[in-house]
Amino acid sequence: MTKKKRPVIERESVVVKFVGDSGDGMQLTGGMFSDVAALVGNDLATFPDFPAEIRAPQNTVAGVSGFQMHMGSSKIYTTGDLVDVLVAMNPASLKANLKWAKKGATILLDTDAFDEKSVEKAGYKVSPLDDDTLETYHAIKSPMTMLTKESLKDMGVDNKTAERSKNMFALGILFYIFNRDLKPSFKYFETKFKKKPELVEINKVVLQQGYNYAETIEALESVIQVSPAHMEKGRYRNITGNVATAWGLLAAAEKSGRPLFLGSYPITPATEILMELSKHKSLGAKVFQAEDEIAGICSSIGASFTGSLACTTTSGPGLSLKSEAIGLAVITELPLVIVNVQRGGPSTGLPTKSEQSDLYQALFGRNGECPVIVVAASTAENCFYFAYMAAKLSLEHMTPTILLTDGYLGFGSTLFRIPKMKDMPAINPPMAEANDPDYKPYRRNPETLARQWAIPGTEGLRHRIGGLEKENIIGTVSTDPMNHQIMTDLRAAKVEKVADFIPEQEIEGAPEGDLLVISWGGTYGSVHSAVKQMQNEGKSVSLAHFNYIMPLPKNTGKVLQGFKKIVVCELNSGQFVNYLKMKFPMPNFHQFNKVQGLPFMINELTDRFNQLLEEK
Amino acid sequence: MQDFANMTVERSNVQLTKADFESDQMVKWCPGCGAHAILAAVERVFPKIGYRKENFCMISGIGCSSRFPYYVNTYGIHGIHGRAAAISTGVKLANPRLSVWMATGDGDSLAIGGNHFIHVIRRNVDINILLFNNQIYGLTKGQYSPTTPMGKVTKTSPQGTIEHPFTVGELVMGAQGTFFARVPDNNIGMMTDAMFEAAKHDGTSIMEIMQNCIIFADKAHNDVIGKEVKDDTMLVVKNGQPMVFGKNSDKGLILRDTRLEVAEIGKNGITLDDILIHDAYNQDPGIHLMLAKLAPPLFPMVFGVIRAAMFPTYDDLLEEQLKYAKETSAIKNVDDLLNSGDTWEI
Ligand SMILES: Cc1ncc(C[n+]2csc(CCOP(=O)(O)OP(=O)(O)O)c2C)c(N)n1
Ligand code: SF4
Ligand SMILES: [Mg+2]
Repeated sequence: MTKKKRPVIERESVVVKFVGDSGDGMQLTGGMFSDVAALVGNDLATFPDFPAEIRAPQNTVAGVSGFQMHMGSSKIYTTGDLVDVLVAMNPASLKANLKWAKKGATILLDTDAFDEKSVEKAGYKVSPLDDDTLETYHAIKSPMTMLTKESLKDMGVDNKTAERSKNMFALGILFYIFNRDLKPSFKYFETKFKKKPELVEINKVVLQQGYNYAETIEALESVIQVSPAHMEKGRYRNITGNVATAWGLLAAAEKSGRPLFLGSYPITPATEILMELSKHKSLGAKVFQAEDEIAGICSSIGASFTGSLACTTTSGPGLSLKSEAIGLAVITELPLVIVNVQRGGPSTGLPTKSEQSDLYQALFGRNGECPVIVVAASTAENCFYFAYMAAKLSLEHMTPTILLTDGYLGFGSTLFRIPKMKDMPAINPPMAEANDPDYKPYRRNPETLARQWAIPGTEGLRHRIGGLEKENIIGTVSTDPMNHQIMTDLRAAKVEKVADFIPEQEIEGAPEGDLLVISWGGTYGSVHSAVKQMQNEGKSVSLAHFNYIMPLPKNTGKVLQGFKKIVVCELNSGQFVNYLKMKFPMPNFHQFNKVQGLPFMINELTDRFNQLLEEK
Repeated sequence: MQDFANMTVERSNVQLTKADFESDQMVKWCPGCGAHAILAAVERVFPKIGYRKENFCMISGIGCSSRFPYYVNTYGIHGIHGRAAAISTGVKLANPRLSVWMATGDGDSLAIGGNHFIHVIRRNVDINILLFNNQIYGLTKGQYSPTTPMGKVTKTSPQGTIEHPFTVGELVMGAQGTFFARVPDNNIGMMTDAMFEAAKHDGTSIMEIMQNCIIFADKAHNDVIGKEVKDDTMLVVKNGQPMVFGKNSDKGLILRDTRLEVAEIGKNGITLDDILIHDAYNQDPGIHLMLAKLAPPLFPMVFGVIRAAMFPTYDDLLEEQLKYAKETSAIKNVDDLLNSGDTWEI
């Protein structure tokens, strides 16, 4: 398609962000751009940046909607700290996002959107097109609205439809800059607008015209090339963390032969799991949107007693409401997966932002001695695997399991190498046999300490369980002091035993050295990237990133031994570090914390690590 | 006799007896507590419904009443305070072939569990709820409840309560209840009749049992169900029968304009033909609501099955949706799902 040969700048990775007003179609544009990157074999991660309000006033900073994507020719771990290419469709979106642009970044602007009123609404005194705001960047100032209308003028398209297509004009320009093929997008229009052929034509024309326009004005004298990544062979798809979580639960249900039941109540940023599972009744998923979080978890407890793989999904405030019922699941020793997609707290806090501040709540937030298994996912894609593992552990160990993800993982997407169900590990819940004369509600498997699961309808196993303490083995109500001690110890030991069934903690880098970086859950991308960068500089830094939180992997104590200093990085005020200190009282723990509703930036991590390396 | 032909719950031809449902646990309610009679009624009803004994599930919350599951030999969960309706919902949805029963108190279901109570009724999940209304918090030793009559002195209302009590039936109708029965704990026949009807009913069945707490609210219901007064204060409705009461069945309910009135048969030209006939199966709750609200001194209180209207149940509709999805969706297993939509080979 390119007529003139342009010089090529090869880049290992590029961050592109699409921003505009809520109505500008930035999510779609970003999604299409990402799909093409994925098709040519780039690895990538994306993150949508929605406004908190559903219908914020037009052209205000509050109404800016964005979509960030990071693509590369090597493994991509984060959605990127700073942006190489920014597409800004109005002044407000430029105002809100310019601070994230790298020096010298390419900035594509629709100059038609910079009228006096919109400039003022965005909070600019002078139009940024007229002063030195954009001086240190490579700005491509195009009258995109006008050009879009112009490209459609022979097709009899009304003004509104024409204006709405300007995002495709911008996408055309970007495709020129990155020398991408337009055909996949054409195909996409054909399927998306199957029932509206006129829209297929409009979008094709505008996309092509944007591309041609960029060629004519030589938008960038060179092509930015991001070569295919060397990825493991296989079938791939894009997946968000929330969808991956939902699918992981479905996969565990299928593998275990236990039908999926979800009792849940909508809450940002966990609602997508509920919505996703609602779509999959064909796989036998029973989804119950309850009247509140308490009913969500209690219905799940009922379903678990009845033999389902029972789950409940929520975010921090919802987890608070569920705490009493989690205790019921702990004492009745029923399997139950509780997914907490963490957000900023306390209270309603920062609903659309991400934090790791519910760790204490997950570990300790209940009355009584009330241990549960706690697992954390670390990428959008591995939400699938850890949701699956949370279900497996819960079912096989007859213990409620909390899966911690967060808003950043939940909304973000990465490429997902599609697994085959036959390769997923087996899940064998300890079902009791009908008419087993030896069945007792609290008889345990000595290896796991799990009791057996006897479900209603099974002949010869009628029994009662409940929130009152039960006598060991036989399961009748007991207030005996020694029995309570025994049962308390057994419930704790059962959770500790899980350590025999999970992988050992891995170290990225040498097992000994100057600094061990520790992180857990959703921060993997940035912490890994920071450590990698320092390792490349020859620094003696290693990383231990935890997914299994309660119990910790068996070798955790040993992992901590080999380093002069340990720094625990987390998006809270130090919850994991205190948990580690409690288990492994050692003098060399340091911490790095951030509670701003934002992910770690790689350079703030490396700054802190370097500082620790330099300090005596 | 009872017709259970179209029930979704699995049936059995094995003859069961009371002994099949007796638990080995010591019953720890106070001697003289009305709950004993309710247990006796359940033990009479369960063997006769005709379900496999393994298909009964008894769920409860917290309270004296909620100890119930320990005293019947079925599958059971003694839950947490107020949440029995939510737990029961999960049990029934997970396996609609179970006969799910719930034991709960006026505090458990109308105070802390009020939200779940109205929503389970609104959804019409097919479970049978035994609501032990003793107008007091028994287990916590005598605090007033949402059904305690206004002005009553209790441990937490030394000068008398200053809040309006709920009328259970009114709340049930307000939540679009499809089945409501009110029964006294001193009439085991009336209790068992209502339980059979509740078992037959597809949807949420509420049985309000006027239960005596001999310790903390003794004789609370005696003004209505007491032997000396009951002829004039209790009207027991039967479907298809005129709504009469009084020692000689000489009083009955008539509808004048839009209100119910008590009329004396044989006076002012009123004959038995003028008395309203009870229609429990009427879908329109209008008269049912009026009946549920009647109370002395101007009216008798109405007992028996006041409402038993047919509406689709949540559990049936859910099963239908699942069946339809399974038949029509191209996604038959998780491998299909994983490979659905946009995927590509690398
Ligand atoms: C979360 C919680 N709050 C409070 C209690 C204490 N509590 C136990 S039973 C009860 C009231 C029970 O009254 P009701 O439901 O009428 O049952 P009854 O004992 O009268 O049968 C209360 C307040 C509790 N167990 N749990
Ligand atoms: S306190 Fe009242 S309700 Fe509870 S067992 Fe005793 S008599 Fe029955
Ligand atoms: Mg009570």
